[in-house]
Amino acid sequence: MKTRVYVTLKNGVLDPQGKAIHHALEGLGFAGVNDVRAGKLIELDLDPSVSDADIEDMCRKLLANTVIENFRIERPEAAA
Amino acid sequence: MNSAVIVFPGSNCDRDLAEGLRLVSGRAPHMVWHRETALPDRLDLIAIPGGFSYGDYLRSGAMAAQSPVMRAVRDAAERGTFVLGICNGFQVLTESHLLPGALMRNSGLSFVCRDVPLIVENSQSAFTARYRAGEQVTIPVAHHDGNFQADAETLDRLEGEGRIAFRYADQVNGSARSIAGILNQAGNVLGMMPHPERAVEPAHGFSDGRRLFEGLIEAVTQAA
Repeated sequence: MKTRVYVTLKNGVLDPQGKAIHHALEGLGFAGVNDVRAGKLIELDLDPSVSDADIEDMCRKLLANTVIENFRIERPEAAA
Repeated sequence: MNSAVIVFPGSNCDRDLAEGLRLVSGRAPHMVWHRETALPDRLDLIAIPGGFSYGDYLRSGAMAAQSPVMRAVRDAAERGTFVLGICNGFQVLTESHLLPGALMRNSGLSFVCRDVPLIVENSQSAFTARYRAGEQVTIPVAHHDGNFQADAETLDRLEGEGRIAFRYADQVNGSARSIAGILNQAGNVLGMMPHPERAVEPAHGFSDGRRLFEGLIEAVTQAA
């Protein structure tokens, strides 16, 4: 089972890519799009021995830049 | 001045930087590949060039910050060796936590490549000693991710401690407080988006970058 790490820009940090996507959607005629934020999805194939704390460490040290980004870890239930 | 230029896969300003250093200091720098775990002895300056190290994978500078040579660069910086990061080199220094903040995509989304006027904010550092505080100089930029951001507390601290070396005279990329280059607390590490090595001789159109290297040479000579 893959562990997923979602990396998104912090609230309040201007997201130029999200803005460009928003404009493009409007250009295509899609109405009702209030805001767009772009982020990253990183999938990790992990041994069961890797702890939640290890994953968090990976996020802080490399996967996210916590100056500007938040991360969210989605780990499948161990019983899988 | 004994200097080294760090070369990553995807660096593309390493030779320009080496040539600039050679022209101004009269001595060609060592070229150090990113896999090296040790730096040449008795370095005065470590220069990290512009380019697209590791193809800007994950974030600009993020992979380079984890490369073996950066451990040696961090140690040298702590011992007081001068470290200059230009463009991608600045991104590598923030990702290595040698400098605070982060460099994001330009607010206008476009790659910006032109000569820009800068204001010298601090003329007290070795890097800026040959400039006058408040002086306007022209140095080219060429980047996609030059939008400097940090939290308000960090920005206030940088301002309060005189660690903003250069500001853009006009808005270029959305940088917080128009920051173009910052110093570490000890003043021996400078990161900047503009390219001083592209402005060191009359043929470049501008030679305002030359004084940055001259200031370093003077500091190193005085210390010797």
